[in-house]
Amino acid sequence: MSETDIDRSAHAIDVQELHKYFGENQVLKGIDFEVDAGQVVCVIGPSGSGKSTLLRCVNRLEEPTSGKIFVEGVEVTDPDVDLDLLRSRIGMVFQQFNLFPHLTVMDNLTIAQTKVKKRRKDEAVQIARSNLEKVGLANREDAYPAHLSGGQQQRIAIARALSMSPDLMLFDEPTSALDPELVGDVLGVMKDLAKEGMTMMVVTHEMGFAREVGDKLVFMDGGVIVEQGDPVEVLADPREQRTQAFLSKVL
Amino acid sequence: MATSPRQRAQFSRGVQYAVLAVLLLVIVLTADWGTLKDQFFNGEILPQLFPTIFTTALKNTVLYTACAFVFGLLLGLGLALMRLSSVGPYRWLATTFIEFFRGVPALIVFIGFYYGLPVAFPGRVLPGGTLGVVTVALGLVGAAYMAETIRAGIQAVPKGQMEAARSLGMRHSRAMLSIVIPQAFRIILPPLTNELILLTKDSSLVYVIGLSLADSELTDFGRRNLSQFVNLTPLFAVALSYLIITVPLSIVVRRMEARAERAR
Repeated sequence: MSETDIDRSAHAIDVQELHKYFGENQVLKGIDFEVDAGQVVCVIGPSGSGKSTLLRCVNRLEEPTSGKIFVEGVEVTDPDVDLDLLRSRIGMVFQQFNLFPHLTVMDNLTIAQTKVKKRRKDEAVQIARSNLEKVGLANREDAYPAHLSGGQQQRIAIARALSMSPDLMLFDEPTSALDPELVGDVLGVMKDLAKEGMTMMVVTHEMGFAREVGDKLVFMDGGVIVEQGDPVEVLADPREQRTQAFLSKVL
Repeated sequence: MATSPRQRAQFSRGVQYAVLAVLLLVIVLTADWGTLKDQFFNGEILPQLFPTIFTTALKNTVLYTACAFVFGLLLGLGLALMRLSSVGPYRWLATTFIEFFRGVPALIVFIGFYYGLPVAFPGRVLPGGTLGVVTVALGLVGAAYMAETIRAGIQAVPKGQMEAARSLGMRHSRAMLSIVIPQAFRIILPPLTNELILLTKDSSLVYVIGLSLADSELTDFGRRNLSQFVNLTPLFAVALSYLIITVPLSIVVRRMEARAERAR
């Protein structure tokens, strides 16, 4: 893959007939699903529904069993694809933050910029600073992750992903490991990102965020997409019984 | 006799102190202090050991240990990565090496390298003389132990660290080098320091290959002077010299473990 293969007019994410087995256990049973450039797509569903697995297949942290995935027209599932180049264009935010605990905040934000993107150190630092400002933690660049609250760590993790200047962002339950009073800050940063036009795929339990910020809501259960559509409509008036049952439990 | 549990505990502790006091008394009264001082702290022999005991013997022990440790650490890291490789033969090779050198006495390895190698390959010797033999022989044994420690450390780093590094576009090798291994070494610093203490003591085995005066390390130095003076003082001085190295290291390990405990 080279830069010339990237087709930004194609779907940002295009998943076709995706199946995923863990041993005998089938967790994805034929997923078809798109995210368009600039869209914010939220994926909800009970635990074990396969929503995180779907997200992790997009940058191939999980190896799909069959089916195809394209990111901006480049086939992710092609065995010959330059996975590292591809991943450097896809920002990922984890439930458990996964900051590098042995590095300062600044080094967390610059290490991949300099080692992967081959940016000059001063350029990387400048980009890192602007992203720290964006997540409201400009004064913490010398801190180590262990000295930050969960909410701060997750905002740093978002800044780290943004520092790679990604075309799209994947969020894997970004607020699920946070104390309730810290969730708001992280969602605030994500809202700002959405307003700037970032393409986002968000696996979440935050229905409020999905309703307010999402362009599309996808409900998954048992390894299939049960229902998808406009978040306000799906949340207010779900067509499928399984969606109704799930929403009645969480809303 | 009606006693409370507290009184019984006091009584029991009293008995223990009494036994200790009686034992000490017996030792103090029956020991031949003159002979003991003469044999272990002989004031005439002790000064003759200096400064060689430090400038040659202690220096060589530290040098041999340091070289073997560095060689063993690098080899151990390589073996640990082989153990974790997705390529089967690498795993089998590493496992065989580790099992062999962990299971064989270090003394056999020393003898093998010094006396065995020239027999098997006439005219070939390890470069570096004594230092070369110690570095390789002790390093190989140390590597076998350290490889398992390092492997455990790498596996103790949460999986999410590798995933985060890969999701930023780092190659597997880059992620290992910059993200996983630095964290693994923090985790295994206490057991690695213990390994250094063991190597310090095992460096004494080099005496079997027969050392020149300049190559003499603590144990060899102690043996020479034991037979020269026919007195235990040199050996006792040597034993204390080992403690100069190992006790501070043990204290460091205990501090690190305490800190790791607090951080949990």
